[in-house]
Amino acid sequence: MKSKNVIKVENLTKKFGDFTAVNKISFKVKTGEIFGFLGANGAGKTTAMKMLIGISIPTSGDAQVAGFDVFKNPEDIKKNIGYMSQKFALYDDLTVKENITFFGGIYGLSRKQIEEKRCLLVEELGLQDIVNELVGSLPLGWKQKISFSVALLHNPKIVFLDEPTGGVDPITRRQFWEMIYKTANNGTTVFVTTHYMDEAEYCDRVSIMVDGKIEALDTPTKLKEQFKADTMNDVFLKLARG
Amino acid sequence: MKRFIGFIKKEFYHIFRDRRSLFILFGMPIAQIMLFGFAITNEINNVDIAILDHSKDITSQEIINKIASSKYFSIKQLIKNEAEIEAVFKKGKVKAVLIFEKDFSKNLTKENNATIQIITDATDPNTANTISNYTNSILQKYQQEINKNIKTPYQIVPKTRMVYNPELKSVFMFVPGVMTIILMLVSAMMTSISITREKELGTMEILLVSPIKPFQVIVGKVIPYVFLSIINAIVIVLLSIFIFKMPIQGSLFLLGVESVLFIITALALGILISTISATQQTAMMISLMGLMLPTILLSGFIFPIASMPLPLQVISNIIPAKWFVIILKGIMLKGVGLTFIWKETLILVVMTLFFIALSIKKYKIRLE
Repeated sequence: MKSKNVIKVENLTKKFGDFTAVNKISFKVKTGEIFGFLGANGAGKTTAMKMLIGISIPTSGDAQVAGFDVFKNPEDIKKNIGYMSQKFALYDDLTVKENITFFGGIYGLSRKQIEEKRCLLVEELGLQDIVNELVGSLPLGWKQKISFSVALLHNPKIVFLDEPTGGVDPITRRQFWEMIYKTANNGTTVFVTTHYMDEAEYCDRVSIMVDGKIEALDTPTKLKEQFKADTMNDVFLKLARG
Repeated sequence: MKRFIGFIKKEFYHIFRDRRSLFILFGMPIAQIMLFGFAITNEINNVDIAILDHSKDITSQEIINKIASSKYFSIKQLIKNEAEIEAVFKKGKVKAVLIFEKDFSKNLTKENNATIQIITDATDPNTANTISNYTNSILQKYQQEINKNIKTPYQIVPKTRMVYNPELKSVFMFVPGVMTIILMLVSAMMTSISITREKELGTMEILLVSPIKPFQVIVGKVIPYVFLSIINAIVIVLLSIFIFKMPIQGSLFLLGVESVLFIITALALGILISTISATQQTAMMISLMGLMLPTILLSGFIFPIASMPLPLQVISNIIPAKWFVIILKGIMLKGVGLTFIWKETLILVVMTLFFIALSIKKYKIRLE
């Protein structure tokens, strides 16, 4: 299983008028891998990710996600992926339970499946006391965990995380990465963008985007060797400064 | 389909858990209709006036009695000399002073000519005008009574009949207007806000990444408001029938169909607004400035379109509310059928299709 490529991208390009946001990027992501997608603000990582999750149409190139083509079958891709945005978007005026029911529902889960999933989540995350609370009243760390679990409700093949740890404290970030490991161990591929270079070290492989191109792609250890750096932070700085 | 029902259910949670939107949805219609019905009116009732009677004879007394017994005036004060007139006006106690000249009866019988001076407080020109008209008509009536036995050789007697609203109740004029405003407000503003809210919170992105289709998202967000707008329309019609005794001359069915049409027009506008605004505040400002103001000012519900300057008359044609007010007045007050209002209906249909087409186009551009 490990060898199978779940994301295949070749010369993927996105232009907005004269501006090329993503310039002929190519990479592959294996099943069960934690793939870090790094880059400075404006380097084009969000645009690249949007093309992969089917809400932005590429200008040229090829991409297959979960075995489906981004041009021909974006709807099939949507059924097979989970997505969590940097805003941990849940409905603040709905309770935890109602959020789970709603998102389970739009992914076409049956009432019974939702019920089972919910019990499982309550058990795993220790939500017993807050399951009937409005999400708006919960601390950010809780929202993040619930938001991640909601993205996994329909057992997607790949889960896309867009800066999933923004604004939460180090302990919560640590706990969150434990959740990511667990998910990857269960065979779900994790595609994660981040600003924190220490988090890049947790990934199986990372790619670094600079000005719309992928400038480096390998395991953190090899990247550090290649760039003769002690930390991923140094690797990043060397690349970004050119 | 099941996804869809879940979506609508969620939408109702949003509405019922937000006190502000609940208030706008249900408090506003009732408050507005009551305000326009009871407080804001062009009619005058029990206006306080003062009387300065220099003659104090039988005729002047009779006229004063007539005035006192009419429901329009109540005599607040009897003053003794001209010097007091200024004082009572300044105190703001009375809106008009009636002055009978000296020897009123005598002048009337001997010289066939007696004068009453009516001084009105014209800080409020409309009221001043109305007061003077009402007083004149009371005086004329009295004149006719005393002249009953005498035949004047030539006389033109104008017989006025006010059709469709014989008692000139201003509430009859306001109900169609208020209904238009409220349907516009609830449908356009509330939907545009609720759609932009999802954008602002980032949940719209999550929805777009999910298998649910964009048009399902929009339709799902709009349906609860269609439902609530229909309830609002019913509440307004019931209030106007039972509290203001407004007759609905035309077909209730046609009224319903036209209202649903207008609700859809407003919803299409709301969707359009949501596609061009990124935040709830922008959506609200555009709805208020771009929709509510023109609806109130240019729909012809308060200010008659015919007396506006030409450019404004032309602009008023692109305000959907103008056509709906015409339709409502036609059905409610004149009792006309579709044959008389098909043109206005067609205009609304065309506008609605245009707004929907435009928002689909805008929406697609955003998805790129």
